Amino acid sequence: MEPLEIADKIKEKFPLEVLEITNFRDQVSVSVKREKITDICLYLFEDPDIRMDYLSDLCGVDYPRKDYRFEVVYNLYSIKYRHRIRIKALIPADDPSIDSVVSIWSGANWHEREACDMFGIVFKGHPDLRRILMPDDWDGYPLRKDYPLEGAEGWEYRGCEEVKELHTHDDEWNIK
Amino acid sequence: MENTKGNLEDRTQEGAPLATRELTLSMGPQHPATHGVLKLVLDLDGETVVKCTPYIGYLHRGVEKLAEHRTYLQIIPLTDRLDYIASMANNIGYCVAVEKLFGIEAPERAQYIRAITGEMARIASHLLWLATHALDIGAMTVFLYCFREREKIIDLFERLCGARLTVSYPRIGGVRNDVDSKWLDDLYQFTEEFPMRVEQYETLIDQNRIWLRRTKGIGVISAEEAINWGLSGPTLRGSGVPYDVRKFMPYGVYDKVKWEVPTGKNGDVYDRYRVRMEEFRQSNSIVRQCIERIPEGAIMADAPKFTLPPKDKILTDMEHLIRQFVLITKGPQTAPEGDIYVATEAPKGELGFYIVSDGTGKPYRMRIRTPSFVHISVLPKLCEGGLVADVIANIGSIDIVLGECDR
Repeated sequence: MEPLEIADKIKEKFPLEVLEITNFRDQVSVSVKREKITDICLYLFEDPDIRMDYLSDLCGVDYPRKDYRFEVVYNLYSIKYRHRIRIKALIPADDPSIDSVVSIWSGANWHEREACDMFGIVFKGHPDLRRILMPDDWDGYPLRKDYPLEGAEGWEYRGCEEVKELHTHDDEWNIK
Repeated sequence: MENTKGNLEDRTQEGAPLATRELTLSMGPQHPATHGVLKLVLDLDGETVVKCTPYIGYLHRGVEKLAEHRTYLQIIPLTDRLDYIASMANNIGYCVAVEKLFGIEAPERAQYIRAITGEMARIASHLLWLATHALDIGAMTVFLYCFREREKIIDLFERLCGARLTVSYPRIGGVRNDVDSKWLDDLYQFTEEFPMRVEQYETLIDQNRIWLRRTKGIGVISAEEAINWGLSGPTLRGSGVPYDVRKFMPYGVYDKVKWEVPTGKNGDVYDRYRVRMEEFRQSNSIVRQCIERIPEGAIMADAPKFTLPPKDKILTDMEHLIRQFVLITKGPQTAPEGDIYVATEAPKGELGFYIVSDGTGKPYRMRIRTPSFVHISVLPKLCEGGLVADVIANIGSIDIVLGECDR
């Protein structure tokens, strides 16, 4: 099935949920509200003509300047029919949470953990939502746009100077 | 069991059963059989694994964050460090994705060179996999044989671009430099004797009773489950699903050469091993066909807004010098706005790049979907209920690289 046809079918089935359909380089994205994301995904997974059995990828994106700050992007593929579609769930900044799709695709487990780790998006109903790449006690969400690339604002790497200050009174180090 | 204190106390009562307790064992992060810095916490009941919890992130360098602060060209060396066993495949995957985003296409000669080098990377990666996988299970000899052939491929990479592992050879819109006929001849020579080498490896382990006992029926995953878990590459094909990105969504010249997708049946460690052994032969055949058919012509696309000008022009022509300066310092200034997901078949599975462009010279967001990340997430499913020794066989059979998993 052509990706645009699938997008139209989603629009038909969930007219109130679909916000926008875009087509860029023959790849179709469907932006949806976050409330019924599991219903939409289950529909795509179970419908005999669509049958999106393969979750290629799931990730978060941060748009600080947009109305909805976060997006969770589902790249779906059907190994049976060889077609592809992209679902984008829009999430507001004040309540970054969305329902988990682990019950549909088991492979979503770690992808959702990573999106939570990197963007602070809470996946409701996830069986084991812990940090995955960062240490458990890490503060902040690294892939958000307001998170600095190296250290906090005004922070500067001073290299050896920092070590020197720490050990000025340390005879053993003997640093002058 | 008998010498533990708890059991002695139990024995005082006549007929009471022996007390046993679960043992929690932390395997890794420094453990040779985990192929990198992977930590597994195993809950054991005797020799049986009750629960397996993987911990990753020890090699997390924030490649996705770094990429947001680099121009499109500067990201190529970053992708080297994902799957450092087959850096060429990552470079190609990234370049194919960016080309699709920019709407340009590499010329045919460059496509052929990419197919050749990409399959060489696959052979080198599978060789390292076979070497370490066999070593983990206890077949030491295979290791040395595999490294002999891998060394030849890496030498060829060195002659091609100067680097042995982190190649950074493909460019957006083509490849860095052309190949000469001597190099192609030497590679052709290699492909002539390589199938015989694969047979040699097979004589070492294919009939080996220990090897068969250690791999058959171990770590079984059904086709349906494998798809649901998002597995890809040889790990998925071992379960009998013929999903290969090169066939399903052909890129480059993969639809112009003749080759087959080998699949397994049972989805166990042995079938995944067989699939990769067959892939040696298929990749070898692809390389040979490409060398026979490679056309003459340009190696960089004619797209001045996105591709670097040739080096000799930069040194003599002001216009080209300015173009190169802008591309290097600011990145392409006319990148289209939009987002794109492009998958390629890396040696370990589906390598996907999801790139969001906001029209500047740097990607707004670059997400890398790596096969190893997905494959490690399925480890508990493969290991639980099995024996401790089979954990090693399972880790080997899903062919993971932690640089790619943690990014």
